[in-house]
Amino acid sequence: MNRRMYRKVMNAMFLALSLLATLTGLACLAAILWTLISHGLTGMSWHVFKQMTPPPGSEGGLLNALYGSAVMTLLGILIGSPIGVLAGTYLAEYGRSSRLSTLIRFINDVLLSAPSIIIGLFIYEIVVVKMGHFSALAGALALAVLAIPVTLRTTEDMLNLVPIGMKDSSAALGAYPWRTIVSVLYPAARSGIVTGLLLAIARISGETAPLLFTALNNQFWSTNLNAPMANLPVVIFQFALSPYKEWQNLAWAGALIITVSILILSISARVILAILQAERSSGR
Amino acid sequence: MAIIDPRHAAKQLIYERIFRAGTLAAAILVLLILGGVAISLLRGAWPAARHFGFSFITREIWNPVTDEYGALAPIYGTVVTSLIAMVLAVPAGFGVALFLTELCPPLLKRPIGVAVELLAAVPSIIYGIWGLFVLAPVLQRHVQPWLIEHAHSIPGINKLFLGPPFGIGILTAGVVLAIMVLPFIAATMRDVFDTVPPMLKESGYGLGATTWEVIWNVVVPHSRVGIVGGIMLGLGRALGETMAVTFVIGNAHRISTSLLAPGTTISSAIANEFTEAVGDLYTSSLIALGLLLFLITFTVIAAAQALLRRLEQRIAV
Repeated sequence: MNRRMYRKVMNAMFLALSLLATLTGLACLAAILWTLISHGLTGMSWHVFKQMTPPPGSEGGLLNALYGSAVMTLLGILIGSPIGVLAGTYLAEYGRSSRLSTLIRFINDVLLSAPSIIIGLFIYEIVVVKMGHFSALAGALALAVLAIPVTLRTTEDMLNLVPIGMKDSSAALGAYPWRTIVSVLYPAARSGIVTGLLLAIARISGETAPLLFTALNNQFWSTNLNAPMANLPVVIFQFALSPYKEWQNLAWAGALIITVSILILSISARVILAILQAERSSGR
Repeated sequence: MAIIDPRHAAKQLIYERIFRAGTLAAAILVLLILGGVAISLLRGAWPAARHFGFSFITREIWNPVTDEYGALAPIYGTVVTSLIAMVLAVPAGFGVALFLTELCPPLLKRPIGVAVELLAAVPSIIYGIWGLFVLAPVLQRHVQPWLIEHAHSIPGINKLFLGPPFGIGILTAGVVLAIMVLPFIAATMRDVFDTVPPMLKESGYGLGATTWEVIWNVVVPHSRVGIVGGIMLGLGRALGETMAVTFVIGNAHRISTSLLAPGTTISSAIANEFTEAVGDLYTSSLIALGLLLFLITFTVIAAAQALLRRLEQRIAV
């Protein structure tokens, strides 16, 4: 085989391997979705949304878990995202390239990929141990800590995308920076910041590890934030590993609900971003 | 509004100070959280550290009955599952990134890119339940028997694939982790490949290089730092991943040379045992495991961020 042939063969081989890798990745996504849909639909019925989690070996639903997940995710976002947005504002507008900002940016990126179970342990130590019991509030706080880095990052990026001319115009009218930020920059970056919130909700609503020893779980309907609360991920964890067929079916139904909601959130975040980019490139 | 009212201006100044202080406080809170994580883990791990000393990380024993704990088995499991994941996911991630930047028809570029990113958005518990009910049986029936049969005559390798095909175990956990970190590695590498100036690539093609030669001799050297950063970011994920591993690892506190045997990792040990741990020493030992995980992942992620940051600066200049 001459040199030219050898190079051509090598080229074809590596390109084929790269195609194979991509197809494998896509096949995994398809396989996961297919499993979820086929198993999830068997366990899916109106009871899932109407009844509480059942005792072993009997039929029931996931109502208390769905409620608990919604409450804790919402609370987590309500606590975490204002902190993330404000901190992102500081980095983008006040701190800029100061040493403190560089450090915070670095620490934030570390927190963004830190294992969520560590955050669970942290909240366990500072909230659960201090209060003496597991609670929905502790779960929400753990989720809030996970939401902060996501919202911080997107807020900073989106504020940096606002055309400098808008900021200058506002300053030229004599507005203080806070006024410029609240009345000009936030509205201009609104859809970007909303995208960050959607991504943060998507990130925390599927988290299981940090809830295991903060919110724990609850077999019954509970709206008390100061007591353990059922939540979808922990129920899926418990039910999927159980030997009871009814529990396993509910786990699959829960898994389908969680995945579909997260995929919808992630896709809408991406659509908003795409529209934003299209507007930006078609405008000036 | 033409005339500036001094009272109005004074009020504005106060608002400005409050707002600025608020944003600064939020930013500093981020630092405090990381500091708080480190301090609370240190404090929680202190009883175990004082009781076992350095031997905590060198002993394999894990016995709640006699209250003796050592972290060697979880550390071993964490490192080995992550290594398996990296061995599988790095070449695959490289391939996906390469496909997306160099080969993919422009029409498909976005849909496939989004699909890969959605793979990253799927929560880890879903990977766990899928790994346990779908992947593990497939590995048990088709892959592991083949490995056992073909590896037994190769000295060295045969020790890795000993024993019955359980389905669940170190190898399966590694494979699930590989699927989980693949999108992270692929997305980072794709972004890095996209930063290679087209001029460099075109020069390569102009000299008559094949696509692969341009990638290997131009794109890869140019994005070396970013590739390493992306790999380490993936490694950080793999080391700390909890739920996906907990479903398929088998939860056995022992070290086995065979990859087919059940094992444990730091995160899955904490997830499995924490709420059931009775006694201060047991709880403290689990928190000490958490501290070890924190130190390991912090180092890896910080190194990855430092590398990626250096790359960003180089592009900015």
